[in-house]
Amino acid sequence: MATGTTTMAKDTILKVEHLSMKFGGLMAINDFSFEAKRGEITALIGPNGAGKTTVFNCITGFYKPTMGMLTLNRSNGKEFLLERLRDFEINKVAGVSRTFQNIRLFSGLTVLENLLVAQHNVLMKASGFTILGLLGLPTYKNAAKAAIEKAEYWLEKADLTDRADDPAGDLSYGAQRRLEIARAMCTGPELLCLDEPAAGLNPKESLTLNALLRGIRDEGTSLLLIEHDMSVVMEISDHVVVLEYGQKISDGTPDHVKNDPKVIAAYLGVEDDEVEEIEEKLDKGIIEEGTV
Amino acid sequence: MAIASENNVQPDVMAKAIKEAVFAGVVAFCMFLLFVGIETYQDINNQLVWRTRWGLLAVFVAVAVVGRFVTVAFIKPHLDKRKLAKAKTGVLDISEEKSFFHKHFLKIALVFLLCYPFLAMMIFGRQGSLKYVDNFGIQILIYVMLAWGLNIVVGLAGLLDLGYVAFYAVGAYSYALLSSYFGFSFWLLLPMAGILAALWGVILGFPVLRLRGDYLAIVTLAFGEIIRLVLINWTDVTRGTFGISGIAKASFFGIWSFDVGAANNFNKAWGLPSSSVYYKMFLFYIILALCMLTAYVTIRLRRMPIGRAWEALREDEIACRSLGINTVATKLTAFATGAMFGGFAGSFFAARQGFVSPESFVFLESAVILAIVVLGGMGSLTGIAIAAVVMVGGTELLREMEFLKHVFGPDFTPELYRMLLFGLAMIIVMLFKPRGFVGTREPTAFLKERKAVSGSFTKEGHG
Repeated sequence: MATGTTTMAKDTILKVEHLSMKFGGLMAINDFSFEAKRGEITALIGPNGAGKTTVFNCITGFYKPTMGMLTLNRSNGKEFLLERLRDFEINKVAGVSRTFQNIRLFSGLTVLENLLVAQHNVLMKASGFTILGLLGLPTYKNAAKAAIEKAEYWLEKADLTDRADDPAGDLSYGAQRRLEIARAMCTGPELLCLDEPAAGLNPKESLTLNALLRGIRDEGTSLLLIEHDMSVVMEISDHVVVLEYGQKISDGTPDHVKNDPKVIAAYLGVEDDEVEEIEEKLDKGIIEEGTV
Repeated sequence: MAIASENNVQPDVMAKAIKEAVFAGVVAFCMFLLFVGIETYQDINNQLVWRTRWGLLAVFVAVAVVGRFVTVAFIKPHLDKRKLAKAKTGVLDISEEKSFFHKHFLKIALVFLLCYPFLAMMIFGRQGSLKYVDNFGIQILIYVMLAWGLNIVVGLAGLLDLGYVAFYAVGAYSYALLSSYFGFSFWLLLPMAGILAALWGVILGFPVLRLRGDYLAIVTLAFGEIIRLVLINWTDVTRGTFGISGIAKASFFGIWSFDVGAANNFNKAWGLPSSSVYYKMFLFYIILALCMLTAYVTIRLRRMPIGRAWEALREDEIACRSLGINTVATKLTAFATGAMFGGFAGSFFAARQGFVSPESFVFLESAVILAIVVLGGMGSLTGIAIAAVVMVGGTELLREMEFLKHVFGPDFTPELYRMLLFGLAMIIVMLFKPRGFVGTREPTAFLKERKAVSGSFTKEGHG
């Protein structure tokens, strides 16, 4: 596997450097860099069309970036350059797992089966690539039992134990969101990327989601999430990166970002003369970039 | 319709039925005027002339008119009334107890199949049973096996393969060629044919499986045609359209032979009168065993990670990739496994016919097999088997329907209308059971209870 030459601080799990993505003439992401720390929840926010999902698709291998380097640092010390891995290897080898903005469950499979499919690679190895499993060897039987236990653990966490034998398509929207997260966790990732996990949830469901995400972080999985719901972002994230028109405009703790005039301008809009005013101040160095 | 107006419903319905029947008659007349009303043929001087068949046209139109009238006037009100009565009593279909037959259907079917050749012999005599064992039994079971093989590709993995018959051809020709050139036995060539077909599946799949949906369907269709054209044109090896004849029969595991002149002839060894029916019965049990093998492997594979990955692939390919599943490898295994069973069936077909030619592997065969899979309910082994019995058995039954000649005239050949039967069956099934005979899906693992998954949740796959 591709091993990066740059040495990274031990506590950085993902380092994105100079990421650019071009669709024809459109520059969706322009020279975007940030770092996600191990054991933290990093949030990626920005107005609609800022390029957040494009960043996600680059990290998880659905797009090949035009430029840039994406380095993932696993806890065992191995480093992977994500842009060089094949799409499925990003999960299998590098341990990055993701969910989707528009939920992508296996709706015709039961909830339990969804979680078992997520453990495909482990089970595949245990079944000797199907051949030993067909012969009925105990290694596969034990692995299958362990897989069901792991699935049960995540069913419990996601509060879906009662629905284990129902088709995934039959679940309510909030439950489908939780199932998608549980499924992603069943692959045993080190970095979990969530694309708008709170979209379409009611306030109560939002709260349970927060608890679930915190639980995942406390068990040692780092999270990277895109979110519009500021109550979720400000509540649970340790680190926020703001993206607008494909460029980073702010980066820091939730409190820092909340008060950044550039972020406020991006979200609420400002009068034309105010923009000039801020730019003037920036030029003169009265206020420093990235501070209040 | 309001309950109060129940009494004056009758004339309304009648008027409506007559109106619709006339309309159906007009549509049928316009449709069949050129297809049925006029027939072209060559006369003695090889000139193309045409004649009219008003009588036959009248029969077609009359069937449409009467059928529509009966449907609107009687069948539909009856069905509505029954539905209403059911809704009033509050008895739901699902809460009804399953009957004994329904519960033990599979066991009963298997026992029946095991006894079938003997039953046929008891009822129709030795020579009379030949038709039932061969034309009905073996023929249907070959299609069951082919459809179960294709089911792995289409039903489980969701890859629309319109060229499945290519693997059937590869299996048939591998047996025919290797046995006539090298004299290998059936039992050696049966697995070899499967492996060769699987190999072809991989060779075809590798470049093709990047495509999805309609594009994949077109390329597999083309591959099926390519194989057939190679068989026609590579005359040095395959003897082209003449086909390969005199293919060796399957032996009884090398112990007894079914060749008439052989010293270890099966019939002689067991003191049976010389008749080909014993060979046919033997073939019946071979294809039955092959079918059972296909079913067993399919059921086992569905519970293995690879089978779950196939079904997951059918549901959502992008989600599969995000979970670290190598989709190309997974698709290839589905393609190869399906192809392997096609190859087994092909080599059996060659041994049974004793003759193969490219004529047997036209696109229509692929279409028929695919139709059986879709009619049966994609992914359901029971449904597919029932569909094969209905469709293949139905076409064979048409040959038997001599009495139709009295209705439609002496020139009427019922088996020419089998495609009409296929179309009719498809329309009826798709209207009433859009997911096929068995639309539900059995889950492969469960925590507390095994609940069938309704067909409305499963997807057909997009390639």
